[in-house]
Amino acid sequence: MIALVLTVTSLFVGVAEIDLGSLLTDPAAREVFLISRFPRTAAVILAGSAMAIAGLIMQHLTRNRFVAPTTAGTIDAAGLGLLTATILFAGASVMSKILLAMVFALAGTALFLVLIQRIQFKDVIFVPLVGLVLGGVLRAISEFFAYRANLTQTLEVWMNGDFSGVIQGRYETLWFAGGVALLAYLFANRLTAAGMGRDFATNIGVNYRLALAGGLTIAALVTAVVIVTVGAIPFLGLIVPNVVTMMMGDNLRRALPTTALAGAAMVLACDILGRWLIFPYEIAVGTIVGVLGSAIFLVILMRKGNRYAHA
Amino acid sequence: MIEIDSVTKSYGPQVVVDDVSLTLPDAGVTSIIGPNGAGKSTLLSVVSRILGADAGAVSVEGLDVFRSPSKEVAKRLSILRQDTHMTARITVRELVEFGRFPHSHGRLTPACHAAVAEALDYCDLGDLTERPIHELSGGQRQRACVAMVLAQDTRYVLLDEPLNNLDMVHATGLMRLLRGLADHQGKSVVMVLHDVNYASAYSDRIIAMRDGAVVQDGPPESVITEHALEDVYGMTFRVHAVDGDRIAAYYR
Repeated sequence: MIALVLTVTSLFVGVAEIDLGSLLTDPAAREVFLISRFPRTAAVILAGSAMAIAGLIMQHLTRNRFVAPTTAGTIDAAGLGLLTATILFAGASVMSKILLAMVFALAGTALFLVLIQRIQFKDVIFVPLVGLVLGGVLRAISEFFAYRANLTQTLEVWMNGDFSGVIQGRYETLWFAGGVALLAYLFANRLTAAGMGRDFATNIGVNYRLALAGGLTIAALVTAVVIVTVGAIPFLGLIVPNVVTMMMGDNLRRALPTTALAGAAMVLACDILGRWLIFPYEIAVGTIVGVLGSAIFLVILMRKGNRYAHA
Repeated sequence: MIEIDSVTKSYGPQVVVDDVSLTLPDAGVTSIIGPNGAGKSTLLSVVSRILGADAGAVSVEGLDVFRSPSKEVAKRLSILRQDTHMTARITVRELVEFGRFPHSHGRLTPACHAAVAEALDYCDLGDLTERPIHELSGGQRQRACVAMVLAQDTRYVLLDEPLNNLDMVHATGLMRLLRGLADHQGKSVVMVLHDVNYASAYSDRIIAMRDGAVVQDGPPESVITEHALEDVYGMTFRVHAVDGDRIAAYYR
């Protein structure tokens, strides 16, 4: 409920901030609104909610509240995929870039799962640390090749989400991410069951492997689309699902809509903040979310440390 | 009827279940006992299709559990194991509602709601329905799981060491509940038990396993005997008649 009100408020504030009231009657302003302002707001909402949902799915399926695209190597793997597409197939279409980024994201996440299944020491904090190390290695590989191909700055941009470049015609792929995230809602019961354990899922006739693969594919696809279109939004998939499930529980059918709304609200707020802080210049939304997100993350860690230790 | 036909299951070179053939009845309480590593839990996992068999077949009411759609099997047979993620923050009601998944695919019908309410009521969970399962005590949690399989409404209810971590108050409460499922709901309850005396007091039939094979199979009167138990466990037992039950003493 709170998230809903917050979203509506953020949406209103976002739009109001954009069209500045009196300019509404001006046709030039309206054109600006349609070509730039509306796409930007839509992109923020889509990317925010989709990334939050990706995080929710990942933390539930891995049964670890600290596993998200940021902490499982998914984002860095997707970045490596995008770089590969850019270097090897210059002038590749957006769709093929997304496809390659997704394949990499999926492979990176799968590698992470294999790694955490192999290690004996399944500490709640240790598992995401493995993911961060994996992400670091992938990132280093990306940086090596980006350096050789003179693409280090481009890589920086991908890894730090920014909505300032969003105009009509350059964000529409995000609708796809939104659609895929919506798909998660249709399979919410199966995903919840899979997160309860393989035996639990099998008992009620849910194909565990299929649910696991499907859920992680959704997460990887969403991450890939968002990175290719606007760049990575770090920590979002970690913070939002944690805050939401703390209030609403782990039943995905119940938690998914709120997670989507809260994700959208958080990115909207950060995007507005980024535009306002050093007006008329902008701070990339990835930076703002990163700063705020890591702070919130630390607070959650310290306050709820004991409770999560059981998760 | 559950037909287990020459089932073999190995982990690497270790044969855990060795060519076991059994028929499990369609009513009553059946307990599987035996020392650690005898293959009891593995057999139960194979029967409930959680593990695949290396050889052999299992059918439930004529339905091959490995080849038939999982959801069809889930309408006939339910399994409770210990690995369920009980720190997940879902409520007791949500847990029990998952039992209806094979019937409703997640969209609960009025019949589903009725079944859920009845299961909650039967397991005496009325006050706990909106509590998250991770806040429950061990005994309450087991009752919630039993309520879930009750809502699943399967003829066969399989349980892997349901008394684990329960004190005698809750263990006895759960055994009574399970006996009631067989007596009043017409279900066939099949469970792996470590406590031979609970098996003795509550079972219609006891199957004893050792080294992956069935070595004893019969009513408590024939399995809970000093000779038979010593054969199964390789240690000394004294069996006493206490209030009509056969109680084994094995503490010295």
